[in-house]
Amino acid sequence: MTLLRRFAAFWYDFVIGDDWTVAVVVVASLILTALAAHHGKNWFWLMPVAVIGTLGVSLRRLSRRR
Amino acid sequence: MRNEFLLLTAVALATAVEMVEALTIVLAVGVTRGWRATLLGVGAALVILGIIVLALGPAVAQIPLSALRVVVGGLLLIFGIQWLRKAILRSSGYKALHDEDQIFVREQRSARNTPKTGAFDGYSFTVAFKGVLLEGLEVVFIVLTFGASQHRIALSAFVALATAVVVALIGVVIHKPLSRVPENTLKFVVGLLLSTFGIFWSSEGAGVHWPGSDLAIPLLLLLLAAVSLLFVQALKHQRERDGLSEVVA
Repeated sequence: MTLLRRFAAFWYDFVIGDDWTVAVVVVASLILTALAAHHGKNWFWLMPVAVIGTLGVSLRRLSRRR
Repeated sequence: MRNEFLLLTAVALATAVEMVEALTIVLAVGVTRGWRATLLGVGAALVILGIIVLALGPAVAQIPLSALRVVVGGLLLIFGIQWLRKAILRSSGYKALHDEDQIFVREQRSARNTPKTGAFDGYSFTVAFKGVLLEGLEVVFIVLTFGASQHRIALSAFVALATAVVVALIGVVIHKPLSRVPENTLKFVVGLLLSTFGIFWSSEGAGVHWPGSDLAIPLLLLLLAAVSLLFVQALKHQRERDGLSEVVA
């Protein structure tokens, strides 16, 4: 169990890192983009806006923490 | 063609950065404790990395392209934002720059202070193995995700391998850590490229039609680069305003 937990922790840290909110925003934005496309809307702007927004918020949070 | 060049550039730069870091660890252990177990550790890690690419590459290539691009693009984006965020924090002084000379000295001290037990030097093997495997995993991740999304896994793997060989040869020739390599600048560029392709592919996989098709990629890259440089400036101003002068470790 400990080995499994350490394995999971390694991959979590490897892909997601020290700010999980970035992953949540990316996944949520992708779902919204897919839903919009399903309803005939081409929301190509959503991912760039979401990425810039979450990057800015994450940088602010991490810089305040240091 | 132009996008393929950007893609292979990202693979080469990411490999160069990670291999410079691995080289520092391997050199420190090899120079201090001897090369036999160290090189065996390096070889074992390279074999495992090769097996991962050979095992996962064909499997990933079987996934339908739109599903692949959502999943791979999303993962690449989350991973790329991590690289970019760290590079911005380092550029603005909120995180210490990677100092290969300092790491080399630290690794050497640790190698010297660990006694040798038995005929085979398990310490050297383990440190070299872990160093190459952990740094190499990031390269494998980028090779598989980039390669799969463009159906170019073999070419991506070849570029990564060639870059790793070049870094290793330079290390053999100069026999000290490559501390003059502008690691943070390279990481900044890799972070921008990973995030750009991540946005492009994940959106496309989710059903988006990009205006201008592939021309959107350089535009996205420019947009992200401009915004990232603005973030660096804003954070530098914040540090000045807060009266912070020393770089955070």
